[in-house]
Amino acid sequence: MTHKHDEHNERDDSIQTEGLNLWYGTFQALHDIHLRIRSRMITSLIGPSGCGKTTLLRCFNRINERFGYVRTEGSIRVLGKNIYDPDVSLSELRKSIGMVFQRPNPLPISIRENVLFGLRIHSERGDFTRAMQDEMVESALRDVQLWDDVKDQLKKRAVHLSLEQQQKLCIARLLPLKPQVILMDEPCSALDAEGTEQIELLLEQLSEKYTIVIVTHNMGQARRVSHECIFMLHGRMIEHDSTFTIFNNPKNPETDQYVSGHYG
Amino acid sequence: MRLPESDIQPPRSARKRWAMDLGESSIEMLIRLCGWSSILFVLMIFFFVFREAFPLIGNSEFSFKEFFTSINWRPTSEIRETYGVLAMIVGTLSVTGLSMLFAVPLGLGAAVFLSEFCTGHVKETLKIVIELLAAIPSVVWGFIGYMVVGPLVVEWTDAAIGVNLLTSSILLALMSVPVIVSVGEDSLKAVPDSFREASVALGANRWETIYKVLFPAAKNGLLAAVLLGVGRAIGETMAVLMATGHSTRIPHSLVDPIRTLTATIASEMGEVSRGSTHYQVLFLIGVLLFAMTFLVNLIADLVVRGIRKNG
Repeated sequence: MTHKHDEHNERDDSIQTEGLNLWYGTFQALHDIHLRIRSRMITSLIGPSGCGKTTLLRCFNRINERFGYVRTEGSIRVLGKNIYDPDVSLSELRKSIGMVFQRPNPLPISIRENVLFGLRIHSERGDFTRAMQDEMVESALRDVQLWDDVKDQLKKRAVHLSLEQQQKLCIARLLPLKPQVILMDEPCSALDAEGTEQIELLLEQLSEKYTIVIVTHNMGQARRVSHECIFMLHGRMIEHDSTFTIFNNPKNPETDQYVSGHYG
Repeated sequence: MRLPESDIQPPRSARKRWAMDLGESSIEMLIRLCGWSSILFVLMIFFFVFREAFPLIGNSEFSFKEFFTSINWRPTSEIRETYGVLAMIVGTLSVTGLSMLFAVPLGLGAAVFLSEFCTGHVKETLKIVIELLAAIPSVVWGFIGYMVVGPLVVEWTDAAIGVNLLTSSILLALMSVPVIVSVGEDSLKAVPDSFREASVALGANRWETIYKVLFPAAKNGLLAAVLLGVGRAIGETMAVLMATGHSTRIPHSLVDPIRTLTATIASEMGEVSRGSTHYQVLFLIGVLLFAMTFLVNLIADLVVRGIRKNG
């Protein structure tokens, strides 16, 4: 975590935004965001409620657009491609950018089918043999350390799992699609301390293979898990630096006040 | 922090408390009574219908075997009365089945459209129109069948007359659709949005989300919607009385006239003498209808349980 932020070259960027503005109806939620999120690292989006961090996160896979009254300006490049280009397929975009939500939301189908859901969407029937599917389910569940808990109940409905297990499953179901980026919107806010610790350990491991962007309210969590932090306020990006700098030596006085608990 | 003095309530007098307890317990009793009464009513209906049909056991003019296996319904014959309802059972089942074939896809499709594709004014307007459809009295549906649907069926098919299986199925379908739509839409609306979000975030489009996520999530409610539709169709009397042709034959084509169990009761109950064999048989038909709806509900219940256990 001792890299210098300014030195990295562009090829290491997973996500770049330029002049990103976003409106909900007439309310402008994001103002002129320029940022670069680096590959295979964990970047935290921090800031007080309503600062636009979740909105920003939900731009990266364009899931914001589920609601018709959202308007966006500017560009977001993911792995060099502007995701607002007209030839971009939302389905492909969301295949390469996975998302984990605040409340664990496993689908009302079996554990096995949850893991394979994305695969079934993105492949033809018969592309994968049963054995290949079994292997993928096992490896995804092993990657999130859920395999030993659920290997005997793969056919059971996923909603019977504990919240922590559900959240792990929600991460596991992204993995068969081999995403480039995983977006996480306060993934631990519904979990207890132990569950939070488990997920954080998992994040650490996943960051070796995936770029992770995580929104969090928990300053301790941002400090523990992330390599870089982006501080946001009133829809603007205030500061982006290594986690160590943000927490110990921020350039902006507002960042300083926020991370030391004066507001938010 | 100390509360200001005025906020502290004075202790209630014993009498007041006693009155409150009484009020509380009597309201509780009342609610309990409401709950039990619904069971009581069902049992009482059972009892009275059974009581009227019961003397058929041991009645020499009546044979149960004939009742279930004969298609001859001649309750007023001068020579020998026969009470065979096989043709009516077939009639009821076929008209119900055929109408569901129309109503289920239409109703569920409309429910999906309302809950997933429609917003704002369009949605409100459609819901009002569908509710209006449910409010049309069945005798009016019968009239529409007689005057509008029947002639159309005659024009489009080789039907001899307009009152037949197809005509009445179309009517029953139109009558069941509002029930299926409103219950189906409710159950789709009850699916948490987080499921849709999860599915969309994995790259699923709207249709994939609907049939891979929403249908499994709402299957109990959707099944209930279909069953309410079936119940509506089996129990419907007036419209089928007017539009089936009322002929006690087993239909061999979609445009043959038929006769249903319900229509038989409705058309003949007014003319029989109380306590006669004919009268008792009509009540037995009532028992049969009971058994059929009970069976449908039971099967549905088992299916739902099965889905729950396996899923």
